Amino acid sequence: MVEWTDFERATIKDIFSKLEYDVVGPATLARCLVVYPWTQRYFGKFGNLYNAAAIAENAMVSKHGTTILHGLDRAVKNMDDIKNTYAELSVLHSEKLHVDPDNFQLLADCLTIVVAGRFGNTFTGEVQAAFQKFLSVVVSSLGRQYH
Amino acid sequence: MLSNKEKMLIAEIWESLTPVAEEIGADALLRMFACFPGSKTYFSHLDISRGSPHLLSHGKKIVLALAEGSKDISQLTVTLTPLQIMHAYQLRIDPTNFKLLSHCMLVALSCHMRDDFTAVAHAAMDKYLSAFAAVLSEKYR
Repeated sequence: MVEWTDFERATIKDIFSKLEYDVVGPATLARCLVVYPWTQRYFGKFGNLYNAAAIAENAMVSKHGTTILHGLDRAVKNMDDIKNTYAELSVLHSEKLHVDPDNFQLLADCLTIVVAGRFGNTFTGEVQAAFQKFLSVVVSSLGRQYH
Repeated sequence: MLSNKEKMLIAEIWESLTPVAEEIGADALLRMFACFPGSKTYFSHLDISRGSPHLLSHGKKIVLALAEGSKDISQLTVTLTPLQIMHAYQLRIDPTNFKLLSHCMLVALSCHMRDDFTAVAHAAMDKYLSAFAAVLSEKYR
């Protein structure tokens, strides 16, 4: 069981309550595809991913980015049982999508950096630590059902 | 692999940050200490609390070294030789920590540069920091 301090719970709820999902979601996925281009292997059907500009303007990337970010809502609402919350999604990513679980950390890192850019100096080291702890639980849960 | 465009972008960014080297460096270090407490073990002999002179001077050193290296990235191995020796024989910081500091440096840059820290800048900077870390650990064994 993951132990959350009051500060961590409050911080996570606060960040997600202020997040512009349809800006941060697309920006995060796009950034992942640019910074770690090998992740494009999972998006063969998304059309033009030729360069950063094309990726940024790609409607399928934007839509999927928003979907992914909303996927985190479940964990925010169920911080005390993230493992089970994502059991099904973990199976999906393993059995159907065949995504290397290392990629989850890459996306998480991109999300941290995008959120940092949106929040600026209010994204302090302590806030970052809470956010990263939350994401590492999500990442671990998503990789848990792989075998 | 860094393209020429990327090398120029990286040099530009570090040059613009040199005046606030202390601020950026200290911020990156503080983030690392908050997120990865194991990294604090290398600083037991210093005062690394927010605002401490040790923290500020150390942060400044790191950023100035990054800026210096960025002026001619193809010569990194030459430029960093003294630092390679220091890290290999004296400091002996486990190289996994370089990744942790690099990540926190990217976050610090994102907080500071906001929208100017574009995906392209992020990609270039990530590659530079990886290359820098790799060179730094070259003499370890």
